[in-house]
Amino acid sequence: MAKITLSKLRHSYMPDPSGPDDYALKEIDLDWDDGGAYALLGPSGCGKSTLLNIISGLLVPSEGRILFNDADVTDLATDKRNIAQVFQFPVIYDTMTVYDNLAFPLRNRGRDEALVKERVTAIAEMLDVTSMLNVRAANLSPDNKQKISMGRGLVRQDVNVVMFDEPLTVIDPHLKWKLRSKLKELHQRIKATMIYVTHDQTEALTFADQVVVMDLGMVVQIGTPQELFERPAHTFVGHFIGSPGMNILPCEVRDGAAFFQGANVTLEGDIVKPATGRTEIGVRPEFVTLGTSGMQGVVRKSADIGRYGVVEAMVGDTRVAAIVEGGVPEQGETVHLNFKPEQTRLYADGWLATEARG
Amino acid sequence: MKTVNQKAWFFVLPVLLLVAFNALIPMMTVVNYSVQETFGDNLFFWEGLGWFEQILRSERFHAALGRQFLFTGLILAIEVPLGIIIALSMPKKGFWVPVCLVLMALPMLIPWNVVGAMWNIFTLPDIGLLGYFMNHTLGIDYDMTQNPLAAWITIVTMDVWHWTSLVVLLCYAGLVSIPDAYYQAARIDGASNWAVFRYIQLPKMKQVLTIAILLRFMDSFNIYTEPFVLTGGGPGNSTTLLSIDLVKIALGQFDLGPAAAMSLIYFAITLLVSWVFYTLMTKDDT
Repeated sequence: MAKITLSKLRHSYMPDPSGPDDYALKEIDLDWDDGGAYALLGPSGCGKSTLLNIISGLLVPSEGRILFNDADVTDLATDKRNIAQVFQFPVIYDTMTVYDNLAFPLRNRGRDEALVKERVTAIAEMLDVTSMLNVRAANLSPDNKQKISMGRGLVRQDVNVVMFDEPLTVIDPHLKWKLRSKLKELHQRIKATMIYVTHDQTEALTFADQVVVMDLGMVVQIGTPQELFERPAHTFVGHFIGSPGMNILPCEVRDGAAFFQGANVTLEGDIVKPATGRTEIGVRPEFVTLGTSGMQGVVRKSADIGRYGVVEAMVGDTRVAAIVEGGVPEQGETVHLNFKPEQTRLYADGWLATEARG
Repeated sequence: MKTVNQKAWFFVLPVLLLVAFNALIPMMTVVNYSVQETFGDNLFFWEGLGWFEQILRSERFHAALGRQFLFTGLILAIEVPLGIIIALSMPKKGFWVPVCLVLMALPMLIPWNVVGAMWNIFTLPDIGLLGYFMNHTLGIDYDMTQNPLAAWITIVTMDVWHWTSLVVLLCYAGLVSIPDAYYQAARIDGASNWAVFRYIQLPKMKQVLTIAILLRFMDSFNIYTEPFVLTGGGPGNSTTLLSIDLVKIALGQFDLGPAAAMSLIYFAITLLVSWVFYTLMTKDDT
């Protein structure tokens, strides 16, 4: 197990990259603490798989270094890095039994059979596959195959990091949550550093202690699920996390105050960055309330989805979503919207520009 | 209750007719000949299973069958491993892929009789490129019209040259269909190159390899044109394979009865071996 440091990492798939757009990864500096459960979250094509393959050594970065416990492994081959990776599609050795599949990484490293047996039995028990140990792996269902893939990653005790590359893609929805909680449980028992790559916010937020959000080859924010939800550092995070995502409302900034559709909006605190370029107000639908006074809007769409209702109102030409408890107003009704000031932030060119009042 | 609609038979009829005309009826004439004796004038006498008994006891048939199994065994033993090795060493992407594929496909595009004629001229001791080189440059006595061993080496080499590509292309198709994740996982699991071949590549190639071996078995077991043009079955009877012997009996000696019986036995052997092989190879699949 190890602490992993990525230092000034850049990668391009082109032979001579000229501009920043040619880079799949744009300058990444990141520390992963030993024993942490991390999620790497971002839309398809944001560079998260590239980053993963660089850590595992399947890809050599164009620039930058990778350190495991302060030892430089940038030029080390995959099998020398002592890492484990689980792929999107289950990789199993068809002709072997489940037992031999799980034993494969140990046998390749010349461990003796007594140890192999002990480890395989322990891992099989953790994954609830003990009853299948003598079955040929080719005959398993996809979720069991993926469990075996995970098992092969976990069977070695000394791995530096276990990485999961969207491991639940081919798993039936009703089995997803089962495997997800299994993974969480495994992390608590094994205490290995784990990195979980996904584009699914639910998977990332339930698995990880720390979530790294990526977009367009950059790390946008690192934080606990709660931090990402409450204080998105970038409008992308606000929009990407949450359902529905954060309201991002174009606004004008005059004399240190923000005006949305002509109305002054109270922000969480002072504007600490120069509010130049594109300025927007960000407020989550959870913090928008309907009242008897306040900003006027016309309900465009409303849906009661059980415990709460989602209301979409048009304020001028901008759509604002609100999550309300109790009954929802009818379409076409006029409502008054209020933003909870301590959860209302200003973003300049996408980045957070306000500071919470101490 | 389910109603049975007999009209459906009409839809099968065209296929039935087609198969009847191109396979069943010609085959029935062979069955017909195999149980009768004729002295010409379209007069036939009932012979029963006599011809079958005669063929099965005939030393000439045993010898030809032996040569046939030797030939098929040799070319399979060479073409299958060689085909796998070539397929493994071919590039998986880039500029050289189409170049390799076209080069590989070329021998298969040449008509069989041309292949035979090409190799015949190629190995002529006085004017053939290979023949001249062997005899006059290296000083090895190599003349397939005189020497049975030289004749055997030549027909086996010719078949390897002509048909290894088939094994290569089928194996290559199997190899490129393996997702990268398998190789990456194997590297992470610390697998050796041999283990990657044994546990990933070979199992993933198994189905195409089964087809390749089956096709090569059937084609080489029934081979006629190339050795006929190349050696004509000689020197002596040394390269007289089953099909060449069959044509000698049927058209050379015009013994229709024994030839028909031999055809059916020949067909039964091909079918039996193919069936046993296919059943063994696919019995693990579920």
